[in-house]
Amino acid sequence: MNLLKRALGHILSCKDATHLVSRMQERELGVFSRWALRLHLAACEACTRFEQQMRFLREAMHRYRD
Amino acid sequence: MDPEFGKELERQRSYLLRVARLQLRDAALAEDVVQDTLAAALTAQGGFTGKSTVKTWLTGILKHKIIDAIRRKQREPLLASTFDDECDIEDLDGLFKAPFGAWDSPPAEWGDPEQALNRSQFFDIMDFCLEKLPPNTARVFMMREVMGLESDEICKELAITANNLWVILYRARMSLRECLEQNWFKESGARA
Repeated sequence: MNLLKRALGHILSCKDATHLVSRMQERELGVFSRWALRLHLAACEACTRFEQQMRFLREAMHRYRD
Repeated sequence: MDPEFGKELERQRSYLLRVARLQLRDAALAEDVVQDTLAAALTAQGGFTGKSTVKTWLTGILKHKIIDAIRRKQREPLLASTFDDECDIEDLDGLFKAPFGAWDSPPAEWGDPEQALNRSQFFDIMDFCLEKLPPNTARVFMMREVMGLESDEICKELAITANNLWVILYRARMSLRECLEQNWFKESGARA
């Protein structure tokens, strides 16, 4: 798992992944980015958590105005 | 005019003011915009169908008033003094370890965050975190997430590039995530 993680880290770092997760809320990602992000999330617990938290943040802001 | 409806509108004044101030960063202008919004809401009372909450309906009116205010105030729609800093996210690099960009301190487990949405204290913490954002960052984030403007509308109104917008929203999201984690999710974990 560690090796896999490291290999995926070379395709896309956690830092890059956070950028893509944020950008995904603005517009659809390209094919490569989407694929790389999906692979990264499959192997990375921290970024998966981050992605869920970003979805929560959006929902919380909708609730903020309702 | 239905006096009950007027009272209901008044109850939303402080919320509207907070939202307007975060976007305009000008207390007097924010007052004016909120006043206009409430006045418009009173005359358009019939337009309120009850399909959404009064708050959501007012937010929609406020959105137009804020855009008008930004258009009128054409001189420096954004605070130029801090704009470049806010578009440069090197200061956020500390969140990740060089050279491979892995998390330095990974996001914590938030448990069941949905529960927070039913607590008014959570939104007090949210206000606290929004207030801590740099001025343009707060403004852009509020336009996007509370007013619900599309990305290209924001770029057009504020005359910024899509890239500026992405970086600023990224900054806002990273900062808010961190702030909510420190001040709510870790705290409530400690309380439980």
